[in-house]
Amino acid sequence: MYEETKYLVSGDKALNMEFGNSITDEINSRIRAVTVAIEMQNIKGIVELVPTYRSLMIHYDPNIISFSKLVDTLIKLEKNLSNIKLPAPEVIEIPTIYGGDYGPDIENVALHNKITKEEVIKIHTSSEYLIYMLGFTPGFPYLGGMNKKIATPRLQAPRTKIPGGSVGIAGEQTGIYPIDSPGGWQLIGRTPLLLFEPQRENPILLKAGNYISFKSIGEEEYKKIIESVKNGTYKYITHPKKDWGDDNGTN
Amino acid sequence: MGQIRILNPGLMTTVQDLGRYGFQQYGVSVSGAMDQFSARLANILVGNDEHEGILEVTIMGPKIEFLNSEVIAITGGDLQPLINNKPINMNQSILVNSGDCLSFKGLKRGCRSYIAFAGGIDVPIIMGSKSTFLRAKLGGYEGRSLNPGDLIQICKSSSSLSDLEGRKVEKGFYDYSNTVELRVVLGPQDDCFTKEGLETFFKSEYTVTNNCDRMGYTLDGEKIQHKDGADIISDGISMGAIQVPSKGTPIIMMADRQTTGGYTKIANVITVDLPKVAQAKPGDKIVFKKSTLEESHLLINKLEDKITDIKKHINTPKNVEVLNTRSFFLKVNGNPYNVKVEEINS
Repeated sequence: MYEETKYLVSGDKALNMEFGNSITDEINSRIRAVTVAIEMQNIKGIVELVPTYRSLMIHYDPNIISFSKLVDTLIKLEKNLSNIKLPAPEVIEIPTIYGGDYGPDIENVALHNKITKEEVIKIHTSSEYLIYMLGFTPGFPYLGGMNKKIATPRLQAPRTKIPGGSVGIAGEQTGIYPIDSPGGWQLIGRTPLLLFEPQRENPILLKAGNYISFKSIGEEEYKKIIESVKNGTYKYITHPKKDWGDDNGTN
Repeated sequence: MGQIRILNPGLMTTVQDLGRYGFQQYGVSVSGAMDQFSARLANILVGNDEHEGILEVTIMGPKIEFLNSEVIAITGGDLQPLINNKPINMNQSILVNSGDCLSFKGLKRGCRSYIAFAGGIDVPIIMGSKSTFLRAKLGGYEGRSLNPGDLIQICKSSSSLSDLEGRKVEKGFYDYSNTVELRVVLGPQDDCFTKEGLETFFKSEYTVTNNCDRMGYTLDGEKIQHKDGADIISDGISMGAIQVPSKGTPIIMMADRQTTGGYTKIANVITVDLPKVAQAKPGDKIVFKKSTLEESHLLINKLEDKITDIKKHINTPKNVEVLNTRSFFLKVNGNPYNVKVEEINS
């Protein structure tokens, strides 16, 4: 993390707060803290915020707030960050059916790491994954924190169509495809949840700075959840991140 | 409520408005009209809110049949619009009748035309916008570009059509030439380029390649030298950002750009020059000129003043005469304001 945040000009309607030049939990929690603080302050002229791995892009309307006034406001906000009480990040549970037609590459992952299919599932479901940022397609999460024991290189030839909801592994990363798209990830399972549903009140399920965890489910439950998601009765299972607050980026 | 039928969609015709904001942090592109000025102007001419949905037409225009009387206006690039095969004026509101047919003779200048309909286009507002985001099949007309046979509903205008006819602006505000000068502000990664690289960027003439669409414009020309590689840890991308991947030639990111990306961005086209990019087509030449944040913000202000003037000119009933205009400088709660006051005949 830089000692002093960089305020970079990104055209005449956006500025980029850059906090460092690496991908770390420390930088990410700092970004989350600044993002939440800006949202709480409701600064006039800020159009929207785009948090990424090591920076926060702030789209603004120069007719309402000048660049220099915006930077002054943000510098002050950063100085006062320790006085702002942040809510703990949320951990959202992603029910996932592993293997079979839903995760045709789970054997590849097991074979590559010389473990059993059951061990792959056990390892994959035992971490809480930080959502560093969303991008690539609507609702696609860039996740951190996967156990290296299940790391597997991408497929040599990418698939032309991967069904939305597919859970995969690419190198040391794991992720979920929100919508049907081409891709070369090793598919290990599928979630019945919709990460992107334009008609829903919150069209995108996940938010940068929060966490997800995977839970292994059977086919019957998978089908039941698909139904309850469809008719809007599914209850999302979330809990505040435990052991959070020692390093919340505010000190 | 009226209706139009798409007889032929042309090269690519989509429903757009001024964009879908608030979802970039979730990976949803802004989309919206590539040439925002022309889209706003078209709406103003037909008495709509500037944010109303319009049709964006690219290089080869569509053929559209009107099933009811409508007032329309066409702005932007000149694709030589025709009603029933007779030329019509651009930048002017025109009354069309049931059974009339709008077509385009061919591209004369620019690249994209905008068609506004008095009352607006009746497509659902998805996540706050009528814009089509093609990659995600989101918004607009069924999330796609128009096809032959599509029937599109046009909302009823609150004014009578005859009141809206014949509203015009005297001249266009952008000249669409085949050599485009784009003013840019440096950053956010200009420090990733060598001194020679930056010189190359500002001294060379680049050519728009065939690889140019709503997402971005890939240019060909002199290679821009990086100091130490072209890849960065992905960060946000704003409209008009100029990415330089390791190949060394620039890409201008436009309306359907991805929200984040991992290439160095040398500079960003200033807002008032973005319509010039939208109206550039394959083979056109582009040169970059250094601007400053101060200058670009001043130019945005000027452009907004111009649009306010256009609106006033168009919306002022003919019998109101402005006798005198005065400007005042005021401070309210410490904030400075320029206030313009007009004396009119009563």
